[in-house]
Amino acid sequence: MTTATLSPSPLSQPPLSKAALFEAQAVKAGARRNRLLSLPALIIIGIFGVLPLIIICVYSFLVAAPYGGVQWHFSTDAYLNFLFQRDIFDDTLQFTPDFLIIYLRSFLFAVVTTIICLLLGFPTAYFMATRSPAQRNWWVLLITIPFWSNLLVRTLAIMFIIRDEGLINDALLALGVIDKPITMLYTNFAIQLGLLYAFLPFMVLPLYSSLEKLDFRLVEAAYDLYATRRQVLWRVIIPLSKPGIIAGCLLVFIPALGAYVTPLILGGGVHLMIGDLIAQQFGSGRNWPLGCAQALILMAAVLVALFFYVRNTSGKMQHG
Amino acid sequence: MPEQPGKNAIEVRGVRKVFGTGENQVAALDTVSVSIRENEFFTLLGPSGCGKTTLLRLIAGFDFPTAGEILLHGQDIAPLPPFKRPVNTVFQSYALFPHMTVAQNIGFGLEMLGKPKGETEARVAQMLKLVKMEALKARRTSQISGGQQQRVALARALAPQPKVLLLDEPLSALDYKLRKEMQIELKRLQNETGITFIFVTHDQEEALTMSDRIAVMSAGKILQVGTPRDIYDRPAERFVADFIGETNFLPGTVVSKQAGVATVKFASNATIAAGYPEGFDPTDEVTLVVRPEHADLVPDPAKGTIAGTLSNIVYFGTDTHYHVKLDGGDNFIVRHQNSRSSPVTYATGAKVGIQFEEDAARVLKD
Repeated sequence: MTTATLSPSPLSQPPLSKAALFEAQAVKAGARRNRLLSLPALIIIGIFGVLPLIIICVYSFLVAAPYGGVQWHFSTDAYLNFLFQRDIFDDTLQFTPDFLIIYLRSFLFAVVTTIICLLLGFPTAYFMATRSPAQRNWWVLLITIPFWSNLLVRTLAIMFIIRDEGLINDALLALGVIDKPITMLYTNFAIQLGLLYAFLPFMVLPLYSSLEKLDFRLVEAAYDLYATRRQVLWRVIIPLSKPGIIAGCLLVFIPALGAYVTPLILGGGVHLMIGDLIAQQFGSGRNWPLGCAQALILMAAVLVALFFYVRNTSGKMQHG
Repeated sequence: MPEQPGKNAIEVRGVRKVFGTGENQVAALDTVSVSIRENEFFTLLGPSGCGKTTLLRLIAGFDFPTAGEILLHGQDIAPLPPFKRPVNTVFQSYALFPHMTVAQNIGFGLEMLGKPKGETEARVAQMLKLVKMEALKARRTSQISGGQQQRVALARALAPQPKVLLLDEPLSALDYKLRKEMQIELKRLQNETGITFIFVTHDQEEALTMSDRIAVMSAGKILQVGTPRDIYDRPAERFVADFIGETNFLPGTVVSKQAGVATVKFASNATIAAGYPEGFDPTDEVTLVVRPEHADLVPDPAKGTIAGTLSNIVYFGTDTHYHVKLDGGDNFIVRHQNSRSSPVTYATGAKVGIQFEEDAARVLKD
């Protein structure tokens, strides 16, 4: 077969000629220029990303001042306080899982949000991607409309819809379906609903961009090779839209885990999530080191979760 | 040759396919009927937009006919989805699954049919051998060349042993040499597997060299079905004669006709008698078609069937084209194969005669 010889083997490359050396130098110069181009971004990341992170890191090892701020004494109390409480009388440490429970609940909220967003977002994105190009742009516009107004305002709107004297209860009462309002506001349900509402577009858009690039001739080919609709979905469409699924899940899971406004308003301060807990330490709690430690623990947890998630999903992609 | 209903792999009966609605309605296929025999290499040939790919997609099941029936071994398959038809397709773009290896691509159809793992593996190995791709079975489809992708696409479509294999311009993306190679390869695969091939192409040369029979299509209709020789030597319509090979067209008027032979008079007042296709009743204005290689030049204008002046001589290596301006004003090309001893040499401007047998010419609708 003649075609096998088309790709040159790396072993058979001739030694670098003068022209090749010159070319290599040109490539190096090009790489230098590219590094220069990334300088503005690096400066911004340095000032607004790395520097605050260093400050948080340092503060987490200091002692809280009585009226906010920090005192410059080294201490690991902030981290100990995450899991233990120091007895006022004998200074012994006692295991108190209060913070841990809030963390676990937040993880649960974020996971449920991600899963439901994926289940709702995938058909939506598929629908959008299979429209005509002109229609697609309209659908993308519709999906992005919520971003035009503030999340706080939109969350307050949800509050007006689901509270006891809200739209839903009023309508159900008027229709005689129920005789006393269903309490939805300030419950876990309200938080979950608010999170889904806030983050669904972040799932739909990356899924759409992945599905839009999907070559639908591959779908036809799979049908032709006796795959049923369900098999086409699992064996062709989902594996090929995996980059979008991964991106969408990350874009929903991470901000959902640190959500602040939604649980604050819809949970009524009763059902805390990590974001509210951390904010509390800088406000009424007046314990900046504890807030810093909690933020860093969250970051570490997310990084570990990310590591396993990406490793697993990319592994599955290899096996198709 | 009379149609034998039991021996047809595919029978297309009165199939219409209309795209769009209302005023934007376009008939991609306009009541097409054709029978494709078992174990046949059948080609749908026509320019782009003639409906050949639409017909193929209807047989594959990607589209459904607006009207008519498609029979596979006597059973109507028109309402069935693609995954319920024992028909496989080789796509123009190959449509190989990029997230699978070569072997996984080839085994996909068998896996979807629920074949046991051992059987699938054995069949995949057999197919890899058939298309000479054993060495690259673990490669991703993005890591192999265009010609190799072509082979994998063929193997993937052949692996489930379909009753009919559909090929949608599978060679159009390959360069000339590779295309020639794959033409021979396809013929070999068809002989070895004994599967009915339906091949779609716009390349007349490809169609002539590979096919058992050809259907020439234009504007949603099948104009002629026949062996390559039939189509080339006895075109049924002017379009067929024009689309396949080079042809001389001479406009003329019918003066008399009897027993399938019409006598046609030309602008130069010369008359020629020639046959016409069945079902065509030549009257008034007609066209006489003559293949350039079916005519000969003679030095004496009086001895030719028609006469004219040599206006140009073009040398092509294997043959020479003589451009003749006929006395009536039409142009005529004579192709003469060059040999070691060309008896006569001609000069431009010379008066010459053009001679051809009665059965070399054909009277067609203008």
